[in-house]
Amino acid sequence: MTTTHSAEAGAPSEQGLQEHFDATIARDQRIEPRDWMPEGYRKTLVRQIAQHAHSEIIGMQPEGEWITRAPSLRRKAILFAKVQDEAGHGLYLYSAAETLGADRADLTERLIEGRQKYSSIFNYPTLSFADVGVIGWFVDGAAICNQVPLCRSSYGPYARAMVRICKEESFHQRQGYELLMTMMRGTEAQRAMVQDAVNRWWWPSLMMFGPPDDASPNSAQSMAWKIKRHSNDELRQRFVDMTVPQAEKLGVTLPDPELRWNAERGRHDFGTPDWDELLRVIKGHGPCNDQRMERRRTAHENGGWVREAATAHAAKQAARARKGAVA
Amino acid sequence: MSDDHVYLTLAEGHEDDARWAYGTGFEDPLHGVDTTVPEGVDATELAALCVALADDALVSAQRLAEWTTRAPELEEEVALANIGLDLLGQARLLYTRAGQADGTGRDEDAYAYFRDAGEFRCVRLAELPDGDFAFTVVRLLVLSSWRLAHFEQLAAHPDPVLSAIAAKGVKELAYHRQYAAEWAVRLGDGTEESHRRTRKALEQVAPYFGELFTAYDVRDEVVAVLRQVVEAAGLPMPVYRPLPGSGRQGEHTEHLAPLLAELQSVARAHPEATW
Repeated sequence: MTTTHSAEAGAPSEQGLQEHFDATIARDQRIEPRDWMPEGYRKTLVRQIAQHAHSEIIGMQPEGEWITRAPSLRRKAILFAKVQDEAGHGLYLYSAAETLGADRADLTERLIEGRQKYSSIFNYPTLSFADVGVIGWFVDGAAICNQVPLCRSSYGPYARAMVRICKEESFHQRQGYELLMTMMRGTEAQRAMVQDAVNRWWWPSLMMFGPPDDASPNSAQSMAWKIKRHSNDELRQRFVDMTVPQAEKLGVTLPDPELRWNAERGRHDFGTPDWDELLRVIKGHGPCNDQRMERRRTAHENGGWVREAATAHAAKQAARARKGAVA
Repeated sequence: MSDDHVYLTLAEGHEDDARWAYGTGFEDPLHGVDTTVPEGVDATELAALCVALADDALVSAQRLAEWTTRAPELEEEVALANIGLDLLGQARLLYTRAGQADGTGRDEDAYAYFRDAGEFRCVRLAELPDGDFAFTVVRLLVLSSWRLAHFEQLAAHPDPVLSAIAAKGVKELAYHRQYAAEWAVRLGDGTEESHRRTRKALEQVAPYFGELFTAYDVRDEVVAVLRQVVEAAGLPMPVYRPLPGSGRQGEHTEHLAPLLAELQSVARAHPEATW
């Protein structure tokens, strides 16, 4: 798998292939599925793309819970369409992973068995309809900060999938922010719901950028391969700087007493997220880890007979077509 | 494109705010259409027809929304949501038309959120719980075939608004029926288990056929479609033993009230709120 050309006579040596690959990366050109790539690059990408795909699929759950209860038909349609988009994103990303030799069914098994991760943000509960807006604003916002640079990722299919995903995510984020603006103009109870949701989602959202740079073991290699373009801490800082004026405009308080403008740096200073909490949630001990995995597992198991039926029907059709062709 | 562009501009005003998601943003779904009820059209009857068709669509969309994160495959996640969104869109247009025709000026949310089960006029087949995927497919096959046949007729309705809504809906419903028919054939033909489940689903929906065919002359067309699909799936036509009563008369199953309790819960908890 690693050296597809090596069996052919006169094929380039592994060293030659590596040099060609390094030069492509250095020129900021894209690696495509048929190109030779180092096994570590391929594995890193499969891991990252699969984790991203799993996050889209598990990420349908916290907001999906509110489709049936959305308080107006317009909000119901917006939320239903958003959660559907996430299923679509999962599909493109699994397809991108399949161009690297991975198999969607196998990746799903790995998720269900807990061998592959998804973003830890989705292990927090959605407690009111304001959470739908705050998830759009913070979680889709943080996802955009993380993902827009990935549109320039060195792996072609991933970069192209990210272009489409980022466009849709930006709609979602604006929808979320607009819901919050509307709620803040509403009743006292609605404003309290928004502030409560902001308080609960702020710190988990900052953790979406991953551990601090000095504790992020895979980052350096991914940056060298141009799979990743900015460090976790840099992206987190950008997110804070962009969110502060938006919070002011909305009229909510971000729950960080250390948050203030630092004129010398030209950026905001802010408090340190509870990294122990992030580790606990990643290890499976967040508020909803079991619930999210159980839902995904149950859906997959309950759908087993449907997938088997589709496969059996396709095989019977093919057999009938062959029989028809012979006769 | 700068890395930050999208997020940076978030708090700025957007001219097109109402149109962020296709089909989801219209304040007035019938903007620009002449909404005067034409002479010769009974406005009360028109409103009642729009409410009944909207109730079918809203309750069906709610059942389809319940599949979210529970579908057998991601492609089905996307397809069931598509169908649910189409029906939700139809419901919104029809409620709005009803509010214009009945003279109350009620908006779509007044019909959806502030009526009780006894005031709903959906057919009972739409209310039944989702059951397994076979039941959802078979119910969708029956309801979409019926609604499609009905909408094809309504496209010639003398009310231009209902006619336009029906003409738009025909394209959507043709896809819904196609999707359901393809799955019914796959499941009927697939494995012993899928065959058994699909056959059972047909028997479960059959008692509810009666109220679909009372008011409109679409019975023969719908039965012909069902027969064709059921034959291709290698399944027998179910025996028809009609249940008394009709959702169109406000006689519902015990499943409607809990469905509405969930649908209406947030809106009713905050009646003064704006969303």
